[in-house]
Amino acid sequence: MEWSVLQQYGPSLLKGFGNTILCWALGTVFGMALGLVIALIQRYAPRWVRWIVQAYIEVIRGTPFLVQLFVLYYGGPLVGLRLDALPAGLLGLTIYGSPYFAEIFRSGFRAVPHGQIEAARGIGMSEADVVRRILLPLGLVSSLPALVNFSIILTKETVILSIITVPELLYQVQRMSAETFRYVEANLVLALFFWGLVETISRVGLRLEARITKHLIERT
Amino acid sequence: MLAASSVEMRKVNKYYGKFQALKDVDLSIPPGKVTCLIGPSGSGKSTLLRCINFLEEYDSGEVRIDGQLIGYDAPNKKMSGRKLREMRRSIGIVFQQFNLWPHMTAKENVAEGLIRVRRMSKADADRRASEALAKVGLADKFASHPSRLSGGQQQRVAIARAIAMEPKLMLFDEPTSALDPELVGEVLSVMRTLADEGMTMVVVTHEMGFAAHVADQVGFMEKGELIDIGSPDRILHRPQDARIQSFLRTYHERNSF
Ligand SMILES: Nc1ncnc2c1ncn2[C@@H]1O[C@H](COP(=O)(O)OP(=O)(O)OP(=O)(O)O)[C@@H](O)[C@H]1O
Ligand SMILES: [Mg+2]
Repeated sequence: MEWSVLQQYGPSLLKGFGNTILCWALGTVFGMALGLVIALIQRYAPRWVRWIVQAYIEVIRGTPFLVQLFVLYYGGPLVGLRLDALPAGLLGLTIYGSPYFAEIFRSGFRAVPHGQIEAARGIGMSEADVVRRILLPLGLVSSLPALVNFSIILTKETVILSIITVPELLYQVQRMSAETFRYVEANLVLALFFWGLVETISRVGLRLEARITKHLIERT
Repeated sequence: MLAASSVEMRKVNKYYGKFQALKDVDLSIPPGKVTCLIGPSGSGKSTLLRCINFLEEYDSGEVRIDGQLIGYDAPNKKMSGRKLREMRRSIGIVFQQFNLWPHMTAKENVAEGLIRVRRMSKADADRRASEALAKVGLADKFASHPSRLSGGQQQRVAIARAIAMEPKLMLFDEPTSALDPELVGEVLSVMRTLADEGMTMVVVTHEMGFAAHVADQVGFMEKGELIDIGSPDRILHRPQDARIQSFLRTYHERNSF
C-alpha cells in the first residue's frame, strides 16, 4: 500500500465525495417529490391519467439506469434538451428513483386504515384536507423505513453518473487510479466513503423513525 | 333542547356488485328519538347506517335528512362534494373501531373538524374541544395520544369529536363491540346522556339492554331487509316474526351461563 498519493489526490477525492452527496441528496429529494406526486395521481386521477403514469413507471423500472442516463445525456440534445453533466445526472437520478418512491408511498397510503379516512369524511372534511391532514402524515410515517432503505440504495446508483462525466467520487477515484496505478488504495477510499455515508443515513433514519412513531405505537 | 334532525328512507336499495345488501328499506326516524338497529351479522345494519350520511352510496330510493335528499340532487345525479360535505357537517358518526387519528392528541382529534370544517380559530376550537372532552368525562386526557388511552376512552374521544361539531343527528355503528366488557358501561352512559338531551340517534348495537331501556324504536334487519320496527317492548319482548324470535333466542343462549 502506498498512501502518500492521497496527499496529492485528497482534495479532488473530497470534492468528488461532495458531488456524490450533492447528487444523492438532491436526487433523493426530487425523486421523492416526483414519487409522491405520482402516488397521489395513482390514487385520485381519472383512469386515463393513471394509465399514462403507469406506462411511465413500467418503462423506467424496466430499463437500466445506465441506459436512461445515456438517452438523457446523449439523446437529449437531439430533441433540444442540452444539459451539462451534473444537471443531467440529477435529472436522471430523479427520474430513475421516482417510480420506486411512488410505489413506497402507494403502499404507505394503503397502510392508513380506511376507517380513519372515513372518520375525516364523516365530519365533512374536504378531500384536500383529508390528504393533507390524515393521509399524508400517516402514510409518510408508514413509508419511512422503506424510504430510508431506498435512499440508501440510491447512494450507490450515483456512481453510474461517472459514465456521463459527472465529477463525483467514482469519477475522481478512477482518475487517480489511472494516473497513479494505485487501484487498491483508490477503491478502498471509495468503499470507506460510501460506508460512512450509508451508515450515517441509516442512523439518521432510525432516529427519525423513533421520534416520529413515538405516539403511534399502541400501548400494550 | 338542541335542534334535532329527522331521517326518512324510502325504498332504499344498495348493491355490492351483484350482491344486494339493502332491499327496499323504508325507515322513519323521528327527531329527538333513539332508533336501535339489531340483527345478525351481515344483515346490512352498517350499510344502512352508512347510507344515512352517504359514506355508502345507495343505488336507488331516497334518504332524506330533514326533508333534504342526501347524496343526489335528482335520481342518478350525484350531489356535488361541497353540498354533501355541508350536509355531513350536521351528522356525526361513531365507528366500532373508534378511528381516531393516531398522530393527534385527544384535543387535536376533536379540534380538527372545528378548524378545517367549521373554520373556527385555533383558540375557539381548542375551547370547544375541551368542553366536548369534559362532557364525555375526559377532562384530564386532553394531551394524550390515542395510543395512550383505553378503548373506552378512545371511543369517548370519538364521540366528543362528533358532538363538538354540534350535529343534529348521531350515527353509531356498534360503538361498544370492540370494547372489553368492563369498558362498555362508560360509553353507553355517555350515549344515554346524549339521548336524554334530545339528540336524534341511530344506533347499530348488540347491547340489548341499551336497546330495551334507551331506544324509542327498535328495528330488526335480516338479509338486507328491515323485517320489523317498533317499540322496544314489542320487538324485544313480544316479537311476532319467527326470524326475530330465533335471533333473540340465540342471543339469550349466548349471553346466559
Ligand atoms: N364493501 C363491500 N363490498 C362487498 N360486500 C360488502 C361490502 N360491505 C359489506 N358487504 C356485504 O354486505 C352485507 C352487509 O354488510 P354489513 O356490514 O352492512 O352487515 P352488518 O349487519 O353491519 O354486519 P355486522 O354485524 O357483522 O357488522 C354483508 O354480506 C357483507 O359481506
Ligand atoms: Mg356492521
